[in-house]
Amino acid sequence: MRRKSLMDRVRLMGRSAIDIVAVLGSSGIFLVHALLGRGGIGGGFQLLLRQLHSVGVMSLAIIVVSGVFIGMVLALQGFSILAKYGSEQAVGQMVALTLLRELGPVVTALLFAGRAGSALTAEIGNMKSTEQLSSLEMIGVDPLKYIVAPRLWAGFISLPVLALIFSVVGIWGGSWVAVDWLGVYEGSFWANMQNSVLFTDDVLNGVIKSVVFAFVVTWIAVFQGYDCEPTSEGISRATTKTVVYASLAVLGLDFIMTALMFGDF
Amino acid sequence: MSADNAYAVELKGVSFKRGARSIFNNVDISIPRGKVTGIMGPSGSGKTTLLRLMGAQLRPSAGEVWVNGQNLPKLSRSDLFDARKQMGVLFQSGALFTDLDVFENVAFPLRVHTKLPEDMIRDIVLLKLQAVGLRGAVDLMPDELSGGMKRRVALARAIALDPQILMYDEPFVGQDPIAMGVLVRLIRLLNDALGITSIVVSHDLAETASIADYLYVVGDGQVLGQGTPQELMESDNPRIRQFMTGDPDGPVPFHYPAPDYRDDLLGKR
Repeated sequence: MRRKSLMDRVRLMGRSAIDIVAVLGSSGIFLVHALLGRGGIGGGFQLLLRQLHSVGVMSLAIIVVSGVFIGMVLALQGFSILAKYGSEQAVGQMVALTLLRELGPVVTALLFAGRAGSALTAEIGNMKSTEQLSSLEMIGVDPLKYIVAPRLWAGFISLPVLALIFSVVGIWGGSWVAVDWLGVYEGSFWANMQNSVLFTDDVLNGVIKSVVFAFVVTWIAVFQGYDCEPTSEGISRATTKTVVYASLAVLGLDFIMTALMFGDF
Repeated sequence: MSADNAYAVELKGVSFKRGARSIFNNVDISIPRGKVTGIMGPSGSGKTTLLRLMGAQLRPSAGEVWVNGQNLPKLSRSDLFDARKQMGVLFQSGALFTDLDVFENVAFPLRVHTKLPEDMIRDIVLLKLQAVGLRGAVDLMPDELSGGMKRRVALARAIALDPQILMYDEPFVGQDPIAMGVLVRLIRLLNDALGITSIVVSHDLAETASIADYLYVVGDGQVLGQGTPQELMESDNPRIRQFMTGDPDGPVPFHYPAPDYRDDLLGKR
């Protein structure tokens, strides 16, 4: 293979930068058209309900099971560390704060990207490859309104709710391990938690995080589906991109938001 | 507004590029109202692209696309979707909505664009399905249909709103002789019975020539010729004659450009 000259490399870098900006621009226009453009479709509420079921309700099982296990593991690890300092009564507080501030929103968003995000991308990509999106356009129905918008709203609504459910069942799993198994006094477990968890600082900040993650993950998923090359390879690439980009975006944004919310500067 | 009402669709000086590659260069096409017009050309000549330009699913890099007196590329997004209600398209794959049964597929345009009562929607859907011979398949899902049946259901859906213009993208590809004969008759029948304008994009010469009132032959990004099927059969243009007679080699080469065959085999390349 021919070695690339320095100018070729510079040119390629420039090309990639232009491509990235172009994708950001087109995905932004896509989002604005889908959410704000005029000409909604009759029966939009039914479409939203159907998507809430497929995106939200169908993700419930993996969220609940993961939440319980992560809560249980947190309690086990927390107990073994805190017991060294004689503070095992604080395990409830540790489990709750970890889940509400960090693991609830982050792990839910990662699981959501893998379960619902990839499904959204594959579904829309398949509709594109089978000309269903073109067909909608020619029937005079905007696919951004009929296909994309209900899925976006369903993602925006589902993920924060799923993150809260994740935290709640995680705390329950933690209490089961700490109180029922390891013998931490139940009164101190819940009382310490109630005294230390603040609604605005902890619960609300966690919800804000999950709202931001919901926006980013769902946007990436539906845009990748809509923008993919309409072939089986193209759909598979788009699905992989959804999981990779969404996961990286969630982790990066989590650091930025944690620094802003809890960084004390 | 376009001056000539005799034409349902007019492409004026249309050019279209994909990246740096030019697909069409300054093309003029006029589709007469109320007639069946065939657009023919070899595979890869951009026929489907032409259909997508007429439906404004693609924007030309230059030129105007007039449909029923409206220059589609200049319309706003919502006006464009309104304008498309006058058009029906039969896609190559049928493009049925896979999560809806046959009835709901045909009812779909009626449900989203009209406020008709349910019993009237049912009557219209059954009428349209009867026209394509599939009233009995009303409860089937798309994956239970054969390729030919899918296309006929898609045709019923395309005529659900009684469009003024009906476009067919390669309607005869992959059809058995019976389904092919049915489709050929249906296209002509629908055109004459409903008084619509039909545009058939195809490379199937015999079938298209048998129903078309007027033909365009496209290739190399241009209109190579136009006229009635008879006129094109008698054309002096060697490219058109090769296409109409189906000669394997001629101005349109059989072989993709390649180095010398002998040198290639002897590894001298």
